[in-house]
Amino acid sequence: MSLRIYAIAYLVFLYAPIALLPIFAFNDATIIAFPLSGATTKWFGELWTTTALHAALKNSLFIACMTAVLSTLLGICAARAGAMYRFPAKAGIMGFIMLPLVLPEIIVAVSLLVVVVQILDLGLSNWTIITAHVLICTPFSIAILNGAFQNLDPSMEEAAMDLGESRFSAFRLVTLPPVMPGIVASLLITFTISLDEFIIAFFLSGSEPTLPVYIWGLLRFPKSLPVVMALGTLLVALSILLLTIAEILRRRGMSRAGVNDKGGFL
Amino acid sequence: MTPLITLKGVNKYYGDYHALRDIDLEIGAGEFFSLLGPSGCGKTTLLRTIAGFEAVSDGVVTIGGRDMADVPANLRPTNMVFQSYAIFPHLSVAENVAFGLRKRADLNRDAKASMVAEALAMVGLEGYGKRAAHALSGGQRQRVALARALILKPKVLLLDEPLSALDKKMREQMQVELIKLQRHVGITFVLVTHDQEEALVMSDRIAVMFEGRIGQLADAETLYRRPQNRQVASFIGKMNFQSAQVHDGGVEVEGFGMVQLALDQMPEPVQPGPAVVGMRPETLGLLFDGEVTDKRILDGIVDEVVYYGDMTYYDVRISGSDKPLNIAMKNIMGRPVLEVGAPTRVVWDPRAMVCFR
Repeated sequence: MSLRIYAIAYLVFLYAPIALLPIFAFNDATIIAFPLSGATTKWFGELWTTTALHAALKNSLFIACMTAVLSTLLGICAARAGAMYRFPAKAGIMGFIMLPLVLPEIIVAVSLLVVVVQILDLGLSNWTIITAHVLICTPFSIAILNGAFQNLDPSMEEAAMDLGESRFSAFRLVTLPPVMPGIVASLLITFTISLDEFIIAFFLSGSEPTLPVYIWGLLRFPKSLPVVMALGTLLVALSILLLTIAEILRRRGMSRAGVNDKGGFL
Repeated sequence: MTPLITLKGVNKYYGDYHALRDIDLEIGAGEFFSLLGPSGCGKTTLLRTIAGFEAVSDGVVTIGGRDMADVPANLRPTNMVFQSYAIFPHLSVAENVAFGLRKRADLNRDAKASMVAEALAMVGLEGYGKRAAHALSGGQRQRVALARALILKPKVLLLDEPLSALDKKMREQMQVELIKLQRHVGITFVLVTHDQEEALVMSDRIAVMFEGRIGQLADAETLYRRPQNRQVASFIGKMNFQSAQVHDGGVEVEGFGMVQLALDQMPEPVQPGPAVVGMRPETLGLLFDGEVTDKRILDGIVDEVVYYGDMTYYDVRISGSDKPLNIAMKNIMGRPVLEVGAPTRVVWDPRAMVCFR
């Protein structure tokens, strides 16, 4: 019984704040407080007309797409090497690649800021954010793809070459299809991480903020809080949708390769 | 024998490690050839140099008279059955088998389908084409791998330990099937195995390898009866080794006394001095009560008895020798199984002895 209470309390603490987002997003009042004063969709309408928001969204989408593609490409290389080849100090190298997973983001952000501005003397742009996001997203990509690649028979590419295919088409024909669901899952998750990421984007964005940075900026104006709520609602919905698709694809990939599911991110 | 594959002075280095040492080899067209040896002896490396997955550091590999130095694996007239079978899990059985036909623009859909059906029938998998490859059993995967490699009608089929993942019954069944299949298709088979029984049963000729070198190349019977050196003798089957002394007039074998050996019983040049003499357990015998022999006899005492059902293996001590002799006796009708400590008589024949350095 007490265990059940604990479980319910746990879930309430986890999701109650998020549940408040849509409630106030549809509330017809500028002040975020109970009691509610009638339903409206005008905050969503306001999103539509705020052009600064659209610029931030465009930045965020560009950064998230580039990050997803780049970190997944790097993840494919690392996961393939990890699964198919033996090389000296493999465990150490793989460990170091995965380290950014547990590195505090603020540390990554500050040190990259120092490198970019002080040492390299470059300006801040979307590309500095992409670089940093690739750094933190690649370990996630590897973790997702490892499962897919580890289940591959390392002889498969050689078998395809033996049957007349070139090295690249062997990779394309026999390695890529079984790991494809993993690749799509990796793209979706890294996209989501990059889209939601704030600290690094805050430190490394120049004059063009990303969506989370723009939202943070809005918080200074109490009047725009309901708009933030509306925006937050959309972001949460999008994140949940993308992560669910990613997990479904990952599971499908596992069963297509004929192996038992060994967990994963979700 | 017309050689189909020739290797001349082939060496392979991995850094400092010398994986293949001066391999000279000719494999005939239509031959069932085996590379046999303990793990790490270089047999798989040798197979992979023929397949084109490993470049030779030194030496020449030719197939059908053509130098293979600049020919990559995908253009060689060889196909391989991998130890893990390397079945493509996302494809059906038929798609796996048809994989090698992708590049054959001269064949239409129907021609390819009938080739696939023919290849599946050849390995006993009629009607399995639509199944998902990852749902097959070990034995079925192996058959798919065979059909996939044979559909291209290669000059050479390379098999890397193809039976090691199967259980004993399945393995014995597949051995017989592979022999039949090889006779049927007439393609040269090159088999890598660490299982000497498998090599002896299946092959026309066997190269026994140790540490990157070929220890002996011969047919199964010669390998078993007349091993060329002690290493081969102890790797293939069981053998009793007795220390011996070579004199000008004969060989003095511990516990057996002076014997005269024919030239082919001394495969290596042996100088007068210490040597070893080998005898297979089944070339020795025990004389049971009521049996007679015109061969030579030694008195002995049973030291150990291992009963196998059809055979019994005895360890028998004879005077003048520290080591007990291992003797294999067929359990024919009316023959008792002796007990440990029982006195017995050992029947032996110097013609079954082989002398090594």
